[in-house]
Amino acid sequence: MSEAQTTTHETIDEDRRDFIHIATAATAAAGAGALAYVFIDQMNAASDTKAASSLEVDISKVPLGGEIRVLIGGQPFFIRHRTEAEIRSAESVDVGSLRDPQTDDERLVPMQDGSLNRAILVTSGSCTHLGCVPVGPAQGNTGDYGGWYCPCHGSHYDTSGRIRKGPAPSNLPVPDYRYVSPTVINISL
Amino acid sequence: MKFMRFISAGLGAAALALSAQAAGGAKHPHAPEGGWDFQGPLGELDMDSVQRGYQVYREVCASCHSMRLLHYRNLGEPGGPFYDPEYPNANDNPLVKAFAAQDEILSTEPNDVGDYDYRPARTSDPFKSPYPNEQAARAANGGAYPPDLSVITKARAGGASYIYSLLVGYPEEAAIATDTIETEGEDGETVTEQQTLIEVGEMAVFEHGDSHYEGELVQPVGQYYNPYFAGDTTPQWQGDPRHAPPGGFLAMPPQLTPGRVEYLDGTEATVSQMAEDVAAFLQWAGEPKQTQRKSTGLAAMIYLAILAVLLWFSFHRIWRKVDH
Amino acid sequence: MSGHPSTYEPKTGFTKWLDSRLPIVRLAYDSFVDFPTPKNLNYWYTFGGILAVCLMTQILTGVVLAMHYTPTVDGAFASVERIMRDVPFGWLIRYIHANGASMFFLAVYIHMFRGLYYGSYKAPREILWILGCVIFFLMMGTAFLGYVLPWGQMSYHGANVITGLIGALPVVGDSIKAWLMGGPSIGNQTIQRFFSLHYLLPFMIAGVVILHIWALHVPGNNNPTGVEARKDPEGLKKDTVPFHPYYTVKDAFAIVVFLLIFAAFVFYMPNVLGHADNYIEANPLVTPAHIVPEWYLLPFYAILRAITFDIGPIDAKLLGVIAMFGSIAILFVLPWLDTSKVKSMRYRPVARQFFFGFVVAGLLLGWCGASNPDDPIIPMGSDKLVVSYTDANGNEATQTYDEYEPAATFRDQKVEEGVDASIAVQKAPAFRFVHLAQILTLYYFAYFLVILPLLGLREKPKDEPTSIHKAVLGSHDRAAPAPAE
Repeated sequence: MSEAQTTTHETIDEDRRDFIHIATAATAAAGAGALAYVFIDQMNAASDTKAASSLEVDISKVPLGGEIRVLIGGQPFFIRHRTEAEIRSAESVDVGSLRDPQTDDERLVPMQDGSLNRAILVTSGSCTHLGCVPVGPAQGNTGDYGGWYCPCHGSHYDTSGRIRKGPAPSNLPVPDYRYVSPTVINISL
Repeated sequence: MKFMRFISAGLGAAALALSAQAAGGAKHPHAPEGGWDFQGPLGELDMDSVQRGYQVYREVCASCHSMRLLHYRNLGEPGGPFYDPEYPNANDNPLVKAFAAQDEILSTEPNDVGDYDYRPARTSDPFKSPYPNEQAARAANGGAYPPDLSVITKARAGGASYIYSLLVGYPEEAAIATDTIETEGEDGETVTEQQTLIEVGEMAVFEHGDSHYEGELVQPVGQYYNPYFAGDTTPQWQGDPRHAPPGGFLAMPPQLTPGRVEYLDGTEATVSQMAEDVAAFLQWAGEPKQTQRKSTGLAAMIYLAILAVLLWFSFHRIWRKVDH
Repeated sequence: MSGHPSTYEPKTGFTKWLDSRLPIVRLAYDSFVDFPTPKNLNYWYTFGGILAVCLMTQILTGVVLAMHYTPTVDGAFASVERIMRDVPFGWLIRYIHANGASMFFLAVYIHMFRGLYYGSYKAPREILWILGCVIFFLMMGTAFLGYVLPWGQMSYHGANVITGLIGALPVVGDSIKAWLMGGPSIGNQTIQRFFSLHYLLPFMIAGVVILHIWALHVPGNNNPTGVEARKDPEGLKKDTVPFHPYYTVKDAFAIVVFLLIFAAFVFYMPNVLGHADNYIEANPLVTPAHIVPEWYLLPFYAILRAITFDIGPIDAKLLGVIAMFGSIAILFVLPWLDTSKVKSMRYRPVARQFFFGFVVAGLLLGWCGASNPDDPIIPMGSDKLVVSYTDANGNEATQTYDEYEPAATFRDQKVEEGVDASIAVQKAPAFRFVHLAQILTLYYFAYFLVILPLLGLREKPKDEPTSIHKAVLGSHDRAAPAPAE
């Protein structure tokens, strides 16, 4: 305030361009950004939500030709016990003609001894189109290809859970799972 | 104007002083010799001590005290005692997985026939509770309910120092006397009763005190005197009622004896060491994010200080031509 | 929203178009950019801006906490701890919210004392002051409701005590209490409605804040001299500066310094202003040994407990409630209680002494509120021992001793004689917290009801400066320039 008495009112426009004001404003903006990050990040999944995400399922209880549905962290999963005919139809498809090319073997996880249990198919239960849960054998509608049919917008999945017809862009994803024993699998997110 | 400045400072100070008031009639808790590593704005938890404290909790406390807000995964999360940078996701940390798998817990999900099975705990499960509910806990502990220890350091004035002081503050053997009282029973027989007396004046914690306690406390059956436990000793005090010793009686007998725990890292398990370790563990458990809080705080304080200085210059630049 | 002619001139086509339809930019410009503000405002005047920041902080963090909080008896405590442990940055947001309440009250008390000191409640700012009192009252309600939500021991039993106050009202008290709690006791229904109301009230506060700013901008700011800024263009120019950038930068500086203190609490002593018992989950069967409200309500709690006597048909309990609410209600009529024509206490040396006394009384009332009313402050004499026994004639008799030894000997002797005898403590008379609280309560009310009305008529104020400009120049005549007042 030493030079306060010497000058009178003048325009303050020159001040606005002063470096010090720019530095101050920039620092304040950086702080606001850091604070915004905190307020955005808090809506991300909390660590308890992220942690509670694995389930062991006894696959010997799945009826032949049928399926069971499980929820893990609120997400549906299908575990299907396929018949010989269903396995054959899944394997006989010309992979090149598919929208999301994948062989049936690629969609299975080997058991502890390394062999494949072709009877058991594990897939996500959310249609890859907009997330509806497709109907299956238990609802009496397996769609045009014998797998699942999504009633929301008419996507048809085959007995390997691959998209064959309708708006869905890709196959039903295979979750991260492993065989704990020949009859028990552990699915985790 | 000086006066108003003084007042506003006083207002804050008064608020601090008020909230720091100790709970009624208990001896003021103290930190172990050398203080706590986590004290002060830059202090950090001694993770070796917290790890040992977890061992003490598991082997001593956990048989009666639950920690329902803690999950096994917390042990391996950043800021936790078994955090390993190799496993940023605590659920993958093999040590944490092993800790969880040691406990059999009752599944919260019914099995195929609707029953609840016991299964090994997973990292996402809360710590195993010793009792299924409060009633069971009381029934097993003579009517007393061992408090949950999840936030105990925040729920007691004095925090970790309180836990430490309480655990080491029980009367020494030398201060405990037994008295036999003979009374005449209903059928004329002589009934003898054992009575435990605490010679409070003999206790080491009162050696350096201003007042010397002459007299003794009659310890109720199933209750244990501790000068750091909030309570009122007047009814049990045989001595000048104006000078009843501080503290109270709690249902938990002294737990720590030398060598009660065999530390994996070879540290000598003295009573003081175990008390300090378990208090440090509970300090961490009360607020697992405290390390993050302090480091974020340092950045925030530095940032605000820089912004304040910049604004001060900005302010003087803008006002330089104005008399005010 | 401002009492001065608008100087806003829209420059671009869009702003012209907008200005003729919704002059919102004009409103903001006239209120916060070109608003003429006395040039002599000191740092005590920055607390208005600080309070705006406090309110925004509380609303923002509160909305976030509501995303993660569960308002049920079984879930509330655990959900708060989940926020502390599992939600990303949840610990930070919750600690800001919890300490923010304390900071909000710290700032509002300074803001109010500033208004009291500089006479900001006097004409033409009575409505401004009353709106401020409304905000303060709503803040206390919001704070009380919010303190219940973590569902700790203090939450539950504090709520019990406060709703109990309403039960003290004659005839209708119990019905209102049950209506408020949604049943005979505090339960799930209570925590749900308290949560809903705790969410609602801050937005009501924000609404009243807008009215408060509107009422400020009609007469303009008061200032430390209490002399109004001149209205003629020449005088206005000499007495005032535009709000922006002069006061935006000064307020910003003060806000950041305030945030430094705020941050020190949040990061380094987040629980020091709270009570340890509130980290114990609510248990309706066990009341904590020492029930106290949060620090900012302690003075009013002390007034409540100071009334230990009945007056006529009104019992002490109801009288305490009346005194407590009266101590807030009296603020609303303050503009008409102070009879002095001079606003600022700078020029009222006698009133100033009483004002400082009032500040001290407020602080000491807080001390009384935190202490056990029966604890002695100044003991008079020492406690004595009284041995009660049954004498030879079968009458109750007592014998008083100073020392323990003879008293114990006497008792043992009586017991050996087969007589019931026991020792009790006879407390020495003392000046206790309840007495201090009574004196301070008396002063609190006397300040408003006796001192300010009479003093205004009796005292001889010093000469006020003729204008703000003169006052500012005058301050430079002094040898040592005071730093930035």
